[in-house]
Amino acid sequence: MAQNPGRRGFLVGGAVLGVGALAAACTSNEPAPAPSAAAPAAPAPAATGGNDAPGTKVVIGFSAPAADHGWIAAIAKNAEAAAKQYSDVEFKPVEPTNDINVQISAVESLIAQKVNVIVMLPNDGQQLNQVARQATDAGIPVVNLDRIFPDKLSYRTWIGGDNYGMGVAAGHYIGKKLKDKGVSNPVILEIQGIATLPLTQDRSKGFEDALKNYGFSVTAKQDAQFTVESGTEVASNLLQAHSKIDAIWNHDDDQGIGVLAAIKEANRNEFFMVGGAGSANAMRDIQAGSSVLEATVTYSPTMASSAIKLARLIAQGKGMSDLLEHQVPQSITLASETITKDNVAEYLPLGFES
Amino acid sequence: MTEVNPQKVSAPEADEQARVEAAAVAPSGSGGGGLRLGRMGEARHLGLVIALALLAVVGLITTPDTFATTSNMVSLLALAATIGVITVGMTFVIIGGGIDLSVGAIMALASVWATTLATQAYGPVVMAVCAILVGTGAGLLNGFLISYGRMVPFIATLAMLVAARGLAQRMSERKTQLVSQDNGALIELSTTRVLGLPLLVYIFAVVVAVGWLILNRTTFGRRTYAVGGNPEAARLAGIDVRRHTMLLYGLSGLCCGIAAVIIMARTTTGSSTHGDLYELDAIAAVIIGGTLLTGGRGTIIGSILGLLIFTVITNLFILNGLNTSDQLIAKGLIIVVAVLLQRRSLQTAT
Repeated sequence: MAQNPGRRGFLVGGAVLGVGALAAACTSNEPAPAPSAAAPAAPAPAATGGNDAPGTKVVIGFSAPAADHGWIAAIAKNAEAAAKQYSDVEFKPVEPTNDINVQISAVESLIAQKVNVIVMLPNDGQQLNQVARQATDAGIPVVNLDRIFPDKLSYRTWIGGDNYGMGVAAGHYIGKKLKDKGVSNPVILEIQGIATLPLTQDRSKGFEDALKNYGFSVTAKQDAQFTVESGTEVASNLLQAHSKIDAIWNHDDDQGIGVLAAIKEANRNEFFMVGGAGSANAMRDIQAGSSVLEATVTYSPTMASSAIKLARLIAQGKGMSDLLEHQVPQSITLASETITKDNVAEYLPLGFES
Repeated sequence: MTEVNPQKVSAPEADEQARVEAAAVAPSGSGGGGLRLGRMGEARHLGLVIALALLAVVGLITTPDTFATTSNMVSLLALAATIGVITVGMTFVIIGGGIDLSVGAIMALASVWATTLATQAYGPVVMAVCAILVGTGAGLLNGFLISYGRMVPFIATLAMLVAARGLAQRMSERKTQLVSQDNGALIELSTTRVLGLPLLVYIFAVVVAVGWLILNRTTFGRRTYAVGGNPEAARLAGIDVRRHTMLLYGLSGLCCGIAAVIIMARTTTGSSTHGDLYELDAIAAVIIGGTLLTGGRGTIIGSILGLLIFTVITNLFILNGLNTSDQLIAKGLIIVVAVLLQRRSLQTAT
C-alpha cells in the first residue's frame, strides 16, 4: 500500500499547513463586533452623600481566586472599576490564583507592604482564615468578600450574597405565578449546580421553603456541574421524564445556556423557567422574551464594587452616610433580586458575561 | 531495534501481503482465528444486547409512560451521539494497542477554537472544518509523540489532556462562547429533524458505519488489529507500525473534532468545560464492548452497545428521579461485572 509515500507526504504536509493557517487565523477573540468587553459594573453610583468626595489617600490590597467562571472574572473587573472611580484610592491587586498556598503568600505580601485595608475573596474561608487573622492583628482591616471566614476576629466586615435568599426569590416567583394561574399540583423541576457544595444545598433549601408557602413542592431535582454541557444533558433527560412541566428553576445562568439549548432541541414551551446568578446572556434572553426563560434571581458580582467602597470608607474612618452609625456595619448580606422583563433594562449593565 | 525498511519488505503482491498480515494477526488467536474471533464477537454482543434489553425492561416497568416513547428514544440517541463519535475513535486506538486520555480535552479545545469570534466570522462551515482540523491536528501530534518520540501513550495523551484543556481555557478566557445568531445553521444540526431524528444522530450513524467499514473491510483495519495484537510481528510483516500508530491517534482526534461540532450544535456553545471526563466514559464503553485493553481484539459495534448501556442507565436514573451518586455506583458495578464476564467467556472459549 505504501507505494507512493511522496504523494501521501504531500497530502499530509498540506493538512499540516492548513492547520497552521487556521491556527494563525482562528484563535483571536478580539475583533470588532465584541460587545462582551463592554462596560463592567460601573453604573451611576448610588447616592452616598458626601462620602464620595476625596479624602485621605488609602491603599487597598485585593486578592481573589483566578477566574474559572464568568462570575469570578466579573468580581475582579468590578473591584478594579470601583477603585478607579476614586482619586484617593490606590488599588493593589495581587496575582489571582486557585492555589490556597499561593493566595496565602500573596496576602502575606500585602501585609508586608502595609496596605491600609485588604479586600479578600478567599478560595476557601476555612483555609485562609489564619492569614486574614494575621492581617487583622497587624492592624490592617480585612473586608471579607462572599466566602466567609469562620472566625470573626479575622475580618472587619463581611459582604456577600445570599444563596438561601436566591432559592427563596426563585420559589416566590414560581409559586406566585402558578398560584395566580390557579394551577393545582404543578410539576416544578429544579436543576441544581454541583450538589455537594453547601451553596447548592442552601439554594435548594430556600427554594423548597418558599414553595411551601404556596402549598407546592419540588417534583424532581437533578444536579448538574455548573457547566453548559452538563446543563444540556440533565435537562434533556428531565424533559423526557416529565411530559408536562409547569416551571423549572435552574440554579446557574451559565449552565442555563445548555438547559435552554436542550429545551429548544426538544421543542418544548409549555412551561416557564427561572435562572440564577444574573448573567448578561440570561438578561438578554429575558429581554428578548423569545425563550422560556422569564426571570433570573441575582447573586450579583457587583458585591466586589461595594466591597471596595466599604474598604475605602473603613480606611478613612467614615460610616455609611445613610446610616446613623459612625462606622461601617460588620456584615452586609445582599438581597437576591428578581429580574424580569419589566426591570431587565435597569439590571442589564450589571450583568456579567459568562 | 534494527530498522527494517518497510518498502523493501512489503513490496510483494497484494494477496501475499494480505497473507503476511493474517499471520501477524495470528498470535492473538492461532490458525483460523478470524472465524472464531468473529463468532466470539457475536456471542459477546449477544450479552450486551441482553443487558440492554434488561435495562429496557426495567425502564418499561418503572416508568412505563415515559421510557418507551419515541421522543425519549430520540433524546437517548442524541445524548449518545457526542461520546459515541469519540468512542469510535477510541476503539481504533485501543485495538491498536494504545489509549487516548486526551479526547475530552481535545473536543473542548476544538469547540473553543471553532467558536472564537475570529472563526465565527467565516460562517458555520468554516467553524465545523476548523473544529475537525483542530481535533485531527491534536490527535496527530499525540500520535507523533507516541510513535516517533517513543512516549508511552498514557503519558503522551495525559500531557495532551492537560495542555489542550489549558489552551482552551486560555483561548476562551474561561468564558462560555455562544454560537452567534448568524451561524445558527450549525445549531440546526441539533434542532432540524429528518424522519423524526435530529441531523446529528445521522452524523453519529455515518461515523459508526464508516468506522465499521474501515475496521472490517480495509487493509487499514486489518493492520490495526495486527499492530495491536503483536507490533513486532506486524513490523516484521512489513507494516510501518509507527506511521500506522500515528494515524490511529489522528483518527481519534478527527472523531473528537466531529464530536466538537455535535456538542456545539447541542449546547449552542464552545467552552473549555466541555467533555469533562469523557475519556473515562469512552474508555469504559470500549472495555464493556469487549475490546481488550492490551489491543489486537475488539469491535466497534460492541463499543457502541457499551455506550448505549451507559446512556440508558443515566436516562433511567433521571426518569426515576434518582440522584447522580447512585448512577456512578451503578456504572462502576457494570464495568466490573462486564469485565469479569468477558474474562470467563474468554477462558471457556480457549
